[in-house]
Amino acid sequence: MKEELLRRILSSYKGRREDLIPILQAVQANFGRLPEEAMLRIARFIGIPESEVYSVASFYTQFRLTPLGRKHVTVCRGTACHIRSAPQILQEIEKVVGIEEGEVTPDLEYSLETVACIGCCALAPCIRINRDVYGELTPERARELFSTSKQMSP
Amino acid sequence: MSNRRCTVLICQGTGCISGGAEQIFSSLEEEVTRLNLGESVQIKRTGCHGFCQRGPLIVIEPESIFYSKVKLDDVPEIVQSLLPEGKPLERLFYHDPVTGKPIPHYGDIPFYNKQERTVLRNCGHIDPEDIGDFLAVGGYEALRKALFDMTPEQVIEEVKHSGLRGLGGAGFPTGRKWEACRVAPGEEKYIICNGDEGDPGAFQDRSTMEGDPHSVLEGMIIAGYAIGAKKGFVYVRAEYPLAVKRLKIAITQAREEGFLGKDILGSGFDFDIEIFQGAGAFVCGESTALVLSIQGKRGMPKPLPRPRTAEAGLWDKPTLLNNVKTFANIPLIINRGWKWFASRGTEKSKGTAIFSLTGKVANCGLIEVPMGITLREVIYDIGGGIPGGKAFKAVQTGGPSGGCLPASFLDMPVDFDSLITAGSMMGSGGMVVMDEDTCMVDVARYFLDFTRRESCGQCIPCRLGTEQMFEILDDITKGQGRPEDIELLLELSDAIIHGSLCALGKTAPNPVLTTIRYFRGEYEAHIDEKWCPAGVCRELIKEKGSSPETVGRK
Ligand SMILES: Cc1cc2nc3c(=O)[nH]c(=O)nc-3n(C[C@H](O)[C@H](O)[C@H](O)COP(=O)(O)O)c2cc1C
Ligand code: FES
Repeated sequence: MKEELLRRILSSYKGRREDLIPILQAVQANFGRLPEEAMLRIARFIGIPESEVYSVASFYTQFRLTPLGRKHVTVCRGTACHIRSAPQILQEIEKVVGIEEGEVTPDLEYSLETVACIGCCALAPCIRINRDVYGELTPERARELFSTSKQMSP
Repeated sequence: MSNRRCTVLICQGTGCISGGAEQIFSSLEEEVTRLNLGESVQIKRTGCHGFCQRGPLIVIEPESIFYSKVKLDDVPEIVQSLLPEGKPLERLFYHDPVTGKPIPHYGDIPFYNKQERTVLRNCGHIDPEDIGDFLAVGGYEALRKALFDMTPEQVIEEVKHSGLRGLGGAGFPTGRKWEACRVAPGEEKYIICNGDEGDPGAFQDRSTMEGDPHSVLEGMIIAGYAIGAKKGFVYVRAEYPLAVKRLKIAITQAREEGFLGKDILGSGFDFDIEIFQGAGAFVCGESTALVLSIQGKRGMPKPLPRPRTAEAGLWDKPTLLNNVKTFANIPLIINRGWKWFASRGTEKSKGTAIFSLTGKVANCGLIEVPMGITLREVIYDIGGGIPGGKAFKAVQTGGPSGGCLPASFLDMPVDFDSLITAGSMMGSGGMVVMDEDTCMVDVARYFLDFTRRESCGQCIPCRLGTEQMFEILDDITKGQGRPEDIELLLELSDAIIHGSLCALGKTAPNPVLTTIRYFRGEYEAHIDEKWCPAGVCRELIKEKGSSPETVGRK
């Protein structure tokens, strides 16, 4: 099934060098990460060494080799958020969810990352959970957000 | 039913959406359908209205009634208020924070009435997903004018005379860049719109792409005509899915209407635009790195000396790279003429500046102001001053390449050259206000943490230098600073500025240099007294009570 999906993704590209980043993005969007076998296939498809695929994948922060949690939490560490206590928000979330920045919970429920700026600076400090942005956080609101979302999920 | 007709504009920018604006939008639509009001009430989606902090925002035209902080529960009452006998809902008006008085019309709100919204004129007023709305306000007329009434040279002359300057570095004149690209030898040429917006604390490009995507496309098509390119790319950063979605819709619609593709409007000119999604690397905002990234490579800036992107860019072909705002300005210049454009702003900085005003300021949001306005007017009149009765400490502009300016600069005019003289820069337009509770050493540490993470790593002064500076700053904030550290930071800055091969490294020391220049006392307090005057650096707070200066502080 995964083979099939990968083949389908690749078939919508021509295999030019400039397709590399869009392909990696599409693979990650479908698989949640970049599996090693996929990178090998992509390398053959484009006709470049696998190390080159890996070198591009590791350069950009968007790409990941490990899977995300079902709830992927991104904490903004942009300037506006920083001076409005983003570091404390991050700490609070690390405490509540029990993992550190860059980690995933063993049950794959949560993954936690920081990002250079979410682009909602007027609502600083902000975090994003999957696609939803939550602004004007305080450590208390962050805590609430996670205890209620924990309840909501079965 | 009376013949009263009104349009309810509901902002669907990222900020308002985070407050539930999507649900409010659909609920408004449902309610209007349920009550059969479709004849008299139109519900419309718009892009960012700017006052993100007060979102979700609703504007009711033609009266220009402004509601802020709208909740889903307010919807039935809002719809009732639109009925012939209805009255506007005073409780949703903006209330002046000082006088407490309700202000019904947005034009009367201080946040808006000192602004000059020309590039952003459509943001918050038209539906970004409906080309009809854009056409109704004169969209693509500049393209028609350029294609049929002007030669490419005349278009470039117009841009040159307007005095429009770009945001990268020192504000390079846009017209000169266009000309360089036009005269560069080569049949195949490219246009790139830089929507990477890597600066943390900035969201004006995002709002423009989300709120008025066609203006950006129109500017790019005109640029394509002017320099002789057939293909353009919009490079959008990974974190902006809504911008990508709106641009995609806009591109499809523009193709359908004949503004993009082959033989545009029957003029014989072919031009098409593709979106390239960045993959998250600040350095890819730099022109040579961005170009490599589109080509599927690591985004590493090319070492100097090198040909300019205008001569050898994408696949080594002449490539015109401009920022989102630069392109969005073009239709205005073509429509209204360079004289109109040049009549605004200052001697050397024409037109307007767009800032993402954030931080410790009462009114946060996206603003557009005439060049030459003072920082005080921006921060106090538009921004409403510092909340909580705190004292202003500094304003940061230009992101990681810029600097922090103290209160003595509040009356300085905002323009390209004044900012540079003061040690900061316009940059991509972030403006972050800091109050007495912000520690300037921590801010410097913050920016160096950013640049050391984002350095592409190929040159040693930048890779190791920023790391070294970060560690020194980190030590200082932890109470392990040594008396010679300030001098060491200055020396390192000098070496990094002169030794780095791209502007990321060359500007990385700026936040440190300006904080040392204007807030040296704070560094000394950390180093000599092991005390953080702002009470931010955790290891140094405990010492606060024991410092003699605490007594004197209010
Ligand atoms: C490290 C680095 C990051 C940059 N990031 C951006 C960016 O995010 N957006 C942008 O428009 N320009 C950015 N620039 C400036 C661009 O290289 C380029 O000068 C600019 O896009 C030209 O457009 P303009 O003249 O229309 O402003 C960056 C430059 C450097 C050195
Ligand atoms: S600084 Fe956090 S959203 Fe921009």
